[in-house]
Amino acid sequence: MATTQKPGGKIEIWNDPTAVPYIRIERVSKKFGDFVAVHDVSLNIYKGELFCLLGGSGCGKTTLLRMLAGFEEPTSGKIFLDGVDVSDTPPYERPVNMMFQSYALFPHMSVEQNVAFGLKQDGLPKAEIRRRVGDMLGLVRLGAFAKRKPHQLSGGQRQRVALARSLIKQPKLLLLDEPLAALDRKLREHTQFELVNIQDQLGVTFVVVTHDQEEAMTLSSRIGVMDHGEIIQVGTPTEIYEFPNSKFVAEFIGSVNMFEGRLIEDEPDHVRIHSEEIGGTIYLDHGVSSPPGARVWAAIRPEKVLMGRDRPDSEDNVTRGRVEDIAYMGDVSIYLVRLDSGKVVRITQPNIWRHAEDRITWDEPVFLSWHSSSPVVVGE
Amino acid sequence: MSIPAEVQFGSRVRGSLQLFLRFLMPPARWTQSRLKRWGITGRVLVVSVPYLWLLFFFLVPFVIVLKIAFSETQIAMPPYQPVFHWVDDRILQIKLNMANFAFLWRDDLYWKAYLNSIKIAGVSTLLCLLIGYPMAYAIARVRRESRNVLLMMVILPFWTSFLLRVYAWIGILKNNGLVNNFLMWLGVIDRPIVMLQTDFAVYIGIVYSYLPFMILPLYANLEKMDVTLLEAAEDLGCRPWKAFLTITLPLSMPGIVAGSMLVFIPAVGEFVIPALLGGPQTLMIGKVLWTEFFNNRDWPVASAVAIALLLLLVVPIMYLQRSQAQQSAGERT
Amino acid sequence: MRRPPFFRVSVLVFGFAFLYVPILSLVVYSFNESRLVTVWGGFSTKWYGALLRNEQVLNAAWLSLKIAAVNATGAVILGTLAGLALARFGRFRGRTLLSGMTTAPLVMPEVITGLSLLLLFVVLEQIVGWPQGRGVTTITIAHMTLTMAYVSVIVQSRLASLDESLEEAAMDLGARPWKVFFVITLPIIAPALISGWLLAFTISLDDLVIASFVAGPGSSTLPMVVFSKVRLGVSPDINALATIMVLLVTIGVIIAGILMARQEKARQRDVQMALAANQ
Repeated sequence: MATTQKPGGKIEIWNDPTAVPYIRIERVSKKFGDFVAVHDVSLNIYKGELFCLLGGSGCGKTTLLRMLAGFEEPTSGKIFLDGVDVSDTPPYERPVNMMFQSYALFPHMSVEQNVAFGLKQDGLPKAEIRRRVGDMLGLVRLGAFAKRKPHQLSGGQRQRVALARSLIKQPKLLLLDEPLAALDRKLREHTQFELVNIQDQLGVTFVVVTHDQEEAMTLSSRIGVMDHGEIIQVGTPTEIYEFPNSKFVAEFIGSVNMFEGRLIEDEPDHVRIHSEEIGGTIYLDHGVSSPPGARVWAAIRPEKVLMGRDRPDSEDNVTRGRVEDIAYMGDVSIYLVRLDSGKVVRITQPNIWRHAEDRITWDEPVFLSWHSSSPVVVGE
Repeated sequence: MSIPAEVQFGSRVRGSLQLFLRFLMPPARWTQSRLKRWGITGRVLVVSVPYLWLLFFFLVPFVIVLKIAFSETQIAMPPYQPVFHWVDDRILQIKLNMANFAFLWRDDLYWKAYLNSIKIAGVSTLLCLLIGYPMAYAIARVRRESRNVLLMMVILPFWTSFLLRVYAWIGILKNNGLVNNFLMWLGVIDRPIVMLQTDFAVYIGIVYSYLPFMILPLYANLEKMDVTLLEAAEDLGCRPWKAFLTITLPLSMPGIVAGSMLVFIPAVGEFVIPALLGGPQTLMIGKVLWTEFFNNRDWPVASAVAIALLLLLVVPIMYLQRSQAQQSAGERT
Repeated sequence: MRRPPFFRVSVLVFGFAFLYVPILSLVVYSFNESRLVTVWGGFSTKWYGALLRNEQVLNAAWLSLKIAAVNATGAVILGTLAGLALARFGRFRGRTLLSGMTTAPLVMPEVITGLSLLLLFVVLEQIVGWPQGRGVTTITIAHMTLTMAYVSVIVQSRLASLDESLEEAAMDLGARPWKVFFVITLPIIAPALISGWLLAFTISLDDLVIASFVAGPGSSTLPMVVFSKVRLGVSPDINALATIMVLLVTIGVIIAGILMARQEKARQRDVQMALAANQ
């Protein structure tokens, strides 16, 4: 993926201080009248990345994407593509192509003509156009459907035409607007892998907009989480999941248990938090950057909470509760446990054993615990 | 998403346009860059062509009508005196003749005609609504396949000549016309009922001619209505008639307004129907304007009549515009 | 539906009877032997012969057709430009005025538009010497001004339902805006433009009031001739004319209906094809 070969092993290109960003979004804002859709966003995206903009509806990710495409002009700020300022450049002059959410296939043209459209605008000779269209249709496995019109194709086939059409000009940047939203579950999984493969093969830089965090986690080299027009955190899927920088990101990605508490011990190598919600203390084996006595939130992922009938031997990181609800998902089971304080904690456990007569069941009193490296402290 | 006929046709259109474009391309680029330098982009050209046309051939004429409404008649061609006078080539003297407007006010004929026109147009609109609403409702509730056929049948009379359809009623309503002959044959009456050359005939004429204009907006509105709303009402214990009054009727208000305005506004100034079906007693302002212009050759008075009529209709016209704008804004969300 | 749709059916039957009986009466009486149109004297086609020998009517018809065709073509061009601007250009200076000017002619009483246009032509003739006298040119201009409003409304509504992302995709692939219009937008909205042309044609062909105002000596349109005849009373050759028009319109509507039905069948076939070849 997006890595550079350096003596001593691979490092990710975004951590390489000598790498030059391919796309530089510099303090870009977009206002529609009084409404601020995008607020002071700065972002560096590197060549060959598959970058996802992730957020809920109205967070500004689509507006940001459209500014990259050229359909909206930034109210302030600049956008650089491969060193060139493209903030004012109209879409038909940018080396950027977009795959639309609705595919936007031209209904009165055949598959061939749709895919060839971009090359025709560049005025390439007919023979070369024919050759490249043929190659591209082969890559997306639609060679047999070249003469068909869009309404004669299925949803998945239409998407492949849209993809072929947007890739054939070998753009410096490919933008994808919710590429998997219209597909059913099975097709979605299949297409996710296909997209990653094609991107790897062609080496094109992708920027994908999505509201589906699973999609973002599967596809991306890095994710940019957006909310209310601002970028909250940028990082690899692992970083976003395991090291969220805020309550918002922790709660947006996956499920999480948030424990409110006060810092009672603050050392560079460990931290203790007193939390009324668990009726005890949380001990972390790393330091945090909040002032002592501050109100903090400790985020613990459901799969990192251990559950058992016997009280573990530790003073910290233990709490007590009663099983309120169980959801059997086949591969995992989700337990909702109500603590003495009234707070409900979510726990996922893989169903390791096929027969487990002794499984913990409803209304059982249980003890919950976790490893001292599991919690992440986040501010508001 | 797409429709095949457009697709087939579109492909052929596209082919011919490609050829057309190939010949236009080289000089077009050059002119474009030139024009861009003067701030004349493609957009400006697209907007300005219809804009200038309408400004010149639609707006300016109204200004002229206004001007002439203020001038005096004269026996000449054109039969009015100029309003602006150059006195000694330096001082511009404006002779505003308010006499025409005063005349409109003083003479019974005019304001009676205005009021009568509003009355006739208003009643006709109401009748159109009473006939058109049930029809639109019925069409909207029929099976989907039959709807297009029925709509086609509503629209078909619209494509045949308006003039000829009004003429048809002469044959039906006259003393030895269809209705009278039929009633006399049945033995219901001895002598023909006078229907032609009366206000009654004008009502029939307007309702008949403008009915499609009422049905179509009503249908468009009713067709989009969510039937599950009525089902929810019935589920909650509401009887069908009540559901109609409290749910369907209020929701179809935009359609009612649109249809009513599309009938009322042109009906006020109608000429053909009162001319052919009405009598000398039938006072409608459109006929009055025509008579002033063609028979009396009094252009200034005719202009004054037109201005007054326009002022009368400004409020309903703006009401219609606003209702349309609100509706399209609502649809876009 | 639980209840038999008695109310619905009777409403439709009476409604359509009301709409069609007058038209049918025109047709029936065009075959009447007797000159007294509504007193049946036997079957005859002699009025059709009389009509086809009537020079005045034939000349007027030809004139009206020419004017209507030129007017429709001009109206489509102007109306498409206006509709495009209003549907795609967002907010621009003067948008409200343009919007108003393209909807006002639809409801304005024709006596007002007719009078105002005539006065414009008179003043113009005084000042610049054009148009010289009133005739075909002035009628065509007047009709175009009216009918372009109808075309503009049709185009606007068609563009509103057209997915903008098609045009954006074309631009994204390198096509300049005017090229996008001719290669993508125009072919797709072509049917709307055709119906706009037909509508403009019909309106012009049928217009009496505006034409009366702006016509000159020697340029009588068909409606003007018909009007002057029927003011004096019923006239059977007019019935014949009406029947011919109704026939032409009905044939047109039937052809349109057949074409649309065939389209629908083709579309069903294509959808089946797509589902069958699902990969």
